[in-house]
Amino acid sequence: MLDRKTLLTLALLLLPVALLVLGAEQLGVRVLERIAINLCISLTLVVGLQVFMGNSGILSFAHIGFMGVGAYASAVLSIPVQMKGMALPDLYAAVAGLQLSPYLAIAIGGLVAATVAALVSYPLMRLSDAAAVITSFALLVVLHTVMLHWSEVTNGPRTLFGLPKATDLHLAAGVAAGAIVIALLFKESRTGILLRASRDDEIAAAAMGVDIAKARWRAFVLSALIAGVAGGLWGHFITSFSPRAFFLKETFVILGMLVIGGASTVSGAVFGALLVTFAFEGLRTVEASLNRAQIFAEQVVGLTEVALALAMIGILILRPGGLFATAEIGAARPFRSTADGVSRPIRSTPEEPIRSNPTEKASP
Amino acid sequence: MTAALQFVVDVLSLGGAYAMMALGLVIVYGILRLVNFAYGELIMVAGYTLYLIGGSALPWLVMAAVAVLAAIATGIMTDYVAFRPVRAKSVTAVLITSFAFSTLLQNAALLFISPRPRNVPLPEIFSDTIQIWGVITPVRNVLTIVAAAVLLSVFALVMKRTMLGIAMRAAASQFTMARMLGVPANLVISTAFAISGLMAGVVALFWLGRSGAVVPGIGLEPLLVAFIATVIGGMRSLQGAVLGGFLLAFIDTGLNHALPQNLLQFRDAFTFSLVILILLWRPEGLMRGPATGQRT
Repeated sequence: MLDRKTLLTLALLLLPVALLVLGAEQLGVRVLERIAINLCISLTLVVGLQVFMGNSGILSFAHIGFMGVGAYASAVLSIPVQMKGMALPDLYAAVAGLQLSPYLAIAIGGLVAATVAALVSYPLMRLSDAAAVITSFALLVVLHTVMLHWSEVTNGPRTLFGLPKATDLHLAAGVAAGAIVIALLFKESRTGILLRASRDDEIAAAAMGVDIAKARWRAFVLSALIAGVAGGLWGHFITSFSPRAFFLKETFVILGMLVIGGASTVSGAVFGALLVTFAFEGLRTVEASLNRAQIFAEQVVGLTEVALALAMIGILILRPGGLFATAEIGAARPFRSTADGVSRPIRSTPEEPIRSNPTEKASP
Repeated sequence: MTAALQFVVDVLSLGGAYAMMALGLVIVYGILRLVNFAYGELIMVAGYTLYLIGGSALPWLVMAAVAVLAAIATGIMTDYVAFRPVRAKSVTAVLITSFAFSTLLQNAALLFISPRPRNVPLPEIFSDTIQIWGVITPVRNVLTIVAAAVLLSVFALVMKRTMLGIAMRAAASQFTMARMLGVPANLVISTAFAISGLMAGVVALFWLGRSGAVVPGIGLEPLLVAFIATVIGGMRSLQGAVLGGFLLAFIDTGLNHALPQNLLQFRDAFTFSLVILILLWRPEGLMRGPATGQRT
């Protein structure tokens, strides 16, 4: 079913995840394990976002919202019954007495996110370009509003606590690896190919009979499912969180990871997440030591975001498609000599932006 | 009768502000296909400018003018930072750079000013109320209506009658053709960003008038309003933006009156559901905008 290149890509993408687990375990430092788990969760999120954004070419802001849905849904199901009285005093009776294994709860959280996505997104999938982006942004705000105010289930804007700690490095890495496999399979599936055709030329794809709205919808639901599972994982790792954890700042981070890596490829998603996480941890150390040294009168906040924003703008100016713009890592042939005998750099296909439509550009 | 009048005043004042915001967004989108995520930060910039010069002895109107100028300057800066370097690339690239620029500005405010709210100077008249035909309303609302009426009429006049306006409309319709006929691209683009900044700056004065303080995240709500208004109205039509602004204000005010208290906090969710319904009916928005060749 899968050709050699895809299998090679898969191997090359699972390798860093395996290395991460081994490295973190060998060193045995708690901080490193935390970073590795966070990285695996980010990886899952970014790969999930790539499933929709990379294949359809439509920017989606709502992804983090579905992560929140997954986190809250799994939390409600897995918080121990005796804790619920304190954590969620107004919870509906039907779920108040329920306590599932956290692993089951995480899976159900993903399904809930996918269901919500399936219900709300169908009309939105008819929109293209800017209108689609804007409505996805509005969808994020709506999901955030609901999380912020549905006190019975989310404890309102306050912190929800009491989740059992269930996510360890193996689980997180396993889910991340699973997400990578799913994303690659989807990309090569019939729906994935149709969707990519619609990304490259919407009108031509529609003329050949692609049901664009349906293909987009499938990708969106799958993407929300992965985001929901990632949310559940994160919730059972951090064990207490508030709706503020699922909003613009986080959206910006995962979007940054995907854009820097290259949205069109799964390889881009994976390496973008790795690269940005390492850069972030470095910057955070700088920020923390600045704050500890008290060089400035007030706390230094936002340094990491400023750096990420600059990196994103820089990448888009220099390499608009990201690091892996079109070819997956397994398909690249770094040193293959071409007919004229000159070896070419990693990407042998011409540079192509995520959404290229060369008929007319709004630019001179 | 009084209740109806109250409703009309509310819709007009809110709608005036919404329409100005939407127009500022659409003027850039119409020509450049750039969804400017940094648009909300123009309001933030105007707010912080007011805060920074607030201690001086200048009359308030001068301070307000400086704040609006700062918004215009930032608008033009968006062009140079987020747009010009990537404009030959893809629509998504432009969109993401504007999002990155928005985050950059917000975090710069966090880093260099403060995460906490900062009070801005406001004129006395903003906190007064006035009674018109039995309706008690803040003077600020009346001023918003007046400002919106003046600004929108001047804008319509400029777009219809002046050379620059005609050039801009031509560019919005067929950018390449307009350039072939001698419309200077960079001038039109910079003007669009400047107008965008002007609208945001003026709205900022009234927006800040409600809370009296500025925080780094102040731009989000107006940005969202402008987004939704333009999507309802039609992304490429200037009239559509104004219509969308007033319609959104109508929906918001209507829901304020119609929803019971415990559902009121979910108002945004209801508004958005209505927007989905409108989009189901008309995916391109209420007004289609000028006919163009295929361009995305």
